[in-house]
Amino acid sequence: MSRFGVSAHRLWAMILKEFIQMRRDRLTFAMMVGIPLIQLILFGFAINSDPRHLPLAVLDADRGPFGRALVATMQVSRYFDLVHFVANEDESEQLLAEGRVQFVVTIPADFSRRVARGERPALLVEADATDPAATSGALGALETLARTALDRDLTGSLTGLKATPPPFELRIHRRYNQEADTQYNVVPGLMGVVLTMTLVIMTALAVTRERERGTMENLLVMPLRPIEVMLGKIAPYVLVGYIQVAVIVVTARLVFAVPIVGSLLLLTLTSIVFIAANLAIGFTFSTVAKNQTQAMQLSFFFFLPSILLSGFMFPFRGMPVWAQYLGEILPLTHFLRVVRGIMLKGNGPGEIAAEVGALAAILLVVSVIAVRRYRQTLD
Amino acid sequence: MTAAAPAIAVEGLSKSFGGRMVVDALSLTVPAGKIMGFLGPNGSGKTTTIRLLCGLLTPDHGRGTCLGLDILTQSHEIRRQIGYMTQKFSFYEDLSIVENLDFVSRVFDLPDRKRKVADTLERLGLADRRHQLAGQLSGGWKQRLALAACILHEPRLLLLDEPTAGVDPKARRDFWEQIHALAADGLTVLVSTHYMDEAERCHEIAYLAYGHLLARGTVAEVIADAGLITFTAQESGTGMKRIADLARALAGLPGLDLVAPFGSALHVGGGDAALLRHSLAPFLGDSDFVWREDAPTLEDVFIHLMSSSTDNFAGGVR
Repeated sequence: MSRFGVSAHRLWAMILKEFIQMRRDRLTFAMMVGIPLIQLILFGFAINSDPRHLPLAVLDADRGPFGRALVATMQVSRYFDLVHFVANEDESEQLLAEGRVQFVVTIPADFSRRVARGERPALLVEADATDPAATSGALGALETLARTALDRDLTGSLTGLKATPPPFELRIHRRYNQEADTQYNVVPGLMGVVLTMTLVIMTALAVTRERERGTMENLLVMPLRPIEVMLGKIAPYVLVGYIQVAVIVVTARLVFAVPIVGSLLLLTLTSIVFIAANLAIGFTFSTVAKNQTQAMQLSFFFFLPSILLSGFMFPFRGMPVWAQYLGEILPLTHFLRVVRGIMLKGNGPGEIAAEVGALAAILLVVSVIAVRRYRQTLD
Repeated sequence: MTAAAPAIAVEGLSKSFGGRMVVDALSLTVPAGKIMGFLGPNGSGKTTTIRLLCGLLTPDHGRGTCLGLDILTQSHEIRRQIGYMTQKFSFYEDLSIVENLDFVSRVFDLPDRKRKVADTLERLGLADRRHQLAGQLSGGWKQRLALAACILHEPRLLLLDEPTAGVDPKARRDFWEQIHALAADGLTVLVSTHYMDEAERCHEIAYLAYGHLLARGTVAEVIADAGLITFTAQESGTGMKRIADLARALAGLPGLDLVAPFGSALHVGGGDAALLRHSLAPFLGDSDFVWREDAPTLEDVFIHLMSSSTDNFAGGVR
């Protein structure tokens, strides 16, 4: 056989060796089978690009028959979940700012009377348009919905009002992102995605590298406490994270012209909690993984749901409830709300406190796991 | 702790991994200020014992002290006072010599850090290479760096796990000069090795096989205690038969625990003098070979000890 010929025996020797090694690496083997299955089931059911059950609040200043009919229709609609009745403007403003509702429908005073008189009164809809994908479909549905609601009550002498145009004027007010520019939503979100990806991987490799190179034994025998090793490993990457934040904010402003409504200082201060949480997660992975390949696999296993279930790619409220609960565990979910809140809505400390609190809780839990998992012996 | 107290005193130390006894009821005392050689075949539990002593592993059974500190409860304090040189180079290859030493000195929070690092570099002849990356050093220099990093914090006990494996004879000799100089300053050293010449440089040796301590004492004591009788046969040059033929003929005869060719000579020995002489009797008259009785070497004793203990590691991964 020539020098360039392929020997079946040699090829087989190589293939056989690879299979034996594959079988020895239990975690990798489990992930090869488990990951596709888990992710298929998870994302197959969770992801919905035409979201339903979006949270909505109603401000009913009319309290007349037509207002009540509207409310009743919205209550049974699959597009919306009527979660709040608000009493005044301030309250609805608050709900939108905190992202607790996606829409506020304001039924003005005298709505019923003016409909009856054929004056075509305005029905005001305020939509949180930070994520245009989540709102556009629902806004279309809202008009049809309102019309059906009123048509049922337009009987007797009012039957004439059923004709087009509708007996009211739907006035849609897109909040925070008037032009419904998707980039405004995506670019701040990317900040969270980039930080998640790079920071988790970097620390996931940090401890595994020490183990793989044999320097771990030396580190263990020196008088270092686990918390010192962990903080020492994490701290330099906090700086790296901040450099990334700065690069993204500047690019968002200069290249994508994303408005920065809120305080950059607040964004800087809250980012540290998110950065630290990601680093702690990476550190935990590196205490689980036996080698750098496994550490990479674990990082990607974490990264995929972070992108798909956090509300970065698909509207969070559009996912089934169980998937939303799952999403709440991910730091990215909370950081997206913080960063979009600050940059697009101009949220202050009060509005983002709950999300930052959630991030801090995640950080605490993961850190405890990481420190407990970090062994001071080779047992 | 008084001067006479031993640096290491452990009793009944046991450790098993996945049901395999790696260290079995080991008791060992190392007097302060001595160099103790730790010998034994691969997998005999030397590394595990060293790791048990410095708290890297927790023993299943047994107790003891290292520098008067309990190995079970005070391992954090022990770590501050010992220097442990791992079998595999375990400093940072992407840091320079001086950066590695700076790191260690900061971890130990050494007072007067800069001077101590400079002194150590000087003492081990590393000063000229201080800015070289550890990964680019040859085996001998890596081992010097590792030793430097281990003695930087002035430990009272050095645990060296096969420090000279794969190092050239000149570097080994220099290394041992350093070890003796450190011991002269009062440091206790426990050093594992496979080299017989290194064993003979130790004040005392301990021989471990399959987790058991089989022999202990000075080199002369260990040789004498083994009670081994050895002969050497040399080809006389007049006959047809070669050493290889003799080795084949002798193999398996009762009383011959040891048959080892050395060039044109064959070294044989056994623990039972009468049996050995009886088996050899037919060969002693063979004119093709010249026989003489000689003193057993340390290596003879070790090979004899090794062949008379059993391997409890048979089996494989699953």
